[in-house]
Amino acid sequence: MNKIIAVAGVVIKELYRRKDFYVLFVLTALLTCAAGAMNFFHDDKIVRYVKDICLLLIWVSSLVVAIVTTARQIPAERESRTIFPLLAKPVSRGQVVAGKFLGCWLATGIALIVFYLFFAIIAGSREHIWPVGIYLQAAWMQWMLLGIVIAMVLLGSIYLAAPSSTSTISFVAVGGILLLGGHLKNIALAQPEPMQGILTFLYFSIPHLEWFYLSDFVVYNFAAVPWAKIILATLYAAVWIGIFLLLTWAGFRRKNLTT
Amino acid sequence: MTAILQTQKLRVEYRSRELKPPQKVALQGLDLEVRAGEVFGFLGPNGAGKTTTMNVLLGFVPPTAGSASLFGIDVRQPIARQRIGYLPELTYYYKFLTAEEILRFYATIFGIARREADKRIAELLKLVELEHAAKRPIKSYSKGMQQRVGLAQALINNPDLLILDEPTSGLDPLGRMKVREIIQRLKNEGKTVFFSSHELGEVETVCDRVAIVHQGELKAVGTVADISRGHSNLEQAFLKIVGVQTTPQP
Repeated sequence: MNKIIAVAGVVIKELYRRKDFYVLFVLTALLTCAAGAMNFFHDDKIVRYVKDICLLLIWVSSLVVAIVTTARQIPAERESRTIFPLLAKPVSRGQVVAGKFLGCWLATGIALIVFYLFFAIIAGSREHIWPVGIYLQAAWMQWMLLGIVIAMVLLGSIYLAAPSSTSTISFVAVGGILLLGGHLKNIALAQPEPMQGILTFLYFSIPHLEWFYLSDFVVYNFAAVPWAKIILATLYAAVWIGIFLLLTWAGFRRKNLTT
Repeated sequence: MTAILQTQKLRVEYRSRELKPPQKVALQGLDLEVRAGEVFGFLGPNGAGKTTTMNVLLGFVPPTAGSASLFGIDVRQPIARQRIGYLPELTYYYKFLTAEEILRFYATIFGIARREADKRIAELLKLVELEHAAKRPIKSYSKGMQQRVGLAQALINNPDLLILDEPTSGLDPLGRMKVREIIQRLKNEGKTVFFSSHELGEVETVCDRVAIVHQGELKAVGTVADISRGHSNLEQAFLKIVGVQTTPQP
């Protein structure tokens, strides 16, 4: 486990020594503050829009941090050849994959904490209420979703040489699942065969990232979700993370690194 | 003496696709044995199979046939690399880390306890004369300094076997002397050093035994004196073995 943590530590150091996260955080803060400073049509519920905008920015920013950071991990190790001194140590390729995943996941977790703290301060200063439970649930579910995304991107980065192509395909896949994933079953019902069968198969074979979306609960101050459902969703995320990491390890262990 | 590095009928083929016939046979039936406590020079012209052999020994490339072991453990097992240090030809390190951080990272990989790691890092930074730059990111180092970080990381676990891939390549005369001194010191401590080099004069100075490979085959192995016998020096012997005709000096 120490080896995995050591590899993860390097990933986290890389993230905070690069400027990506700071730029995204400053951008999110500026846009949220600008939106909060305006009062469209003297609407008393303006705080909901501010919360909505801030959460949307948090979702976009955290996905950018997760996907871009993860997509470059293994290709950058191969390109800069840092993978060789690392694998010349008593560390297996499986431990490298696990360390990379853990590092990216923890790094995005740290970024999420910063983003949600900022969000809580902005929302609390306007509404004067502090629904900590639902904030925690929303942040946790988003972190679980990012875990699935990171494992998925890591898998893509084994097969796609350029981090840019891995990032682009990942953004399209994640965006597609978030927007359409939940509707696939209904769309399938309206289609003739064989399209109906294909879409139904697709519905059951993709990770349903939209199930982790709790932003509406936060925006409208709904009551917290029952913890049993959160635990179930966490288990669901763990299964998908496990599947993606196993596939990544299976691909990486056979990869010829010298070509 | 015990063999701590061994290859038996080692064969490596490179293919573009699994089912296609091999595009290049990099090693064909290489039998090599390096004994404990010796400095072993691994020589050959470019493309002879030196780097491929090292890649197999370090677990980067799986053998197509035959076997390779370190300390009697199959090189495909990560634990085979617990007692080795490796210095690549060029500096491949995380440029955003400092020398101290990179040494601590590798110390953790080797499972070295924190107090022991602190002591070892301080000793190594002193050995490679990088104490003054220990807290600066590696990206701000000169090439020579980066190569010295490489040497320090190769020694972090106090290895019993050191694998050096052209350790003096790209170094200035002072850097070369330093590397030679370190190899000599390791030899005096009873460590085993396996290194590839094109610097035949250097090999003559420090090696107990040498092996010459050419076109993936072992052409000669023995002490420098054995191989040089009948020739004016190791360089002449090397050129003869790899089939290069030399014109006599006037």
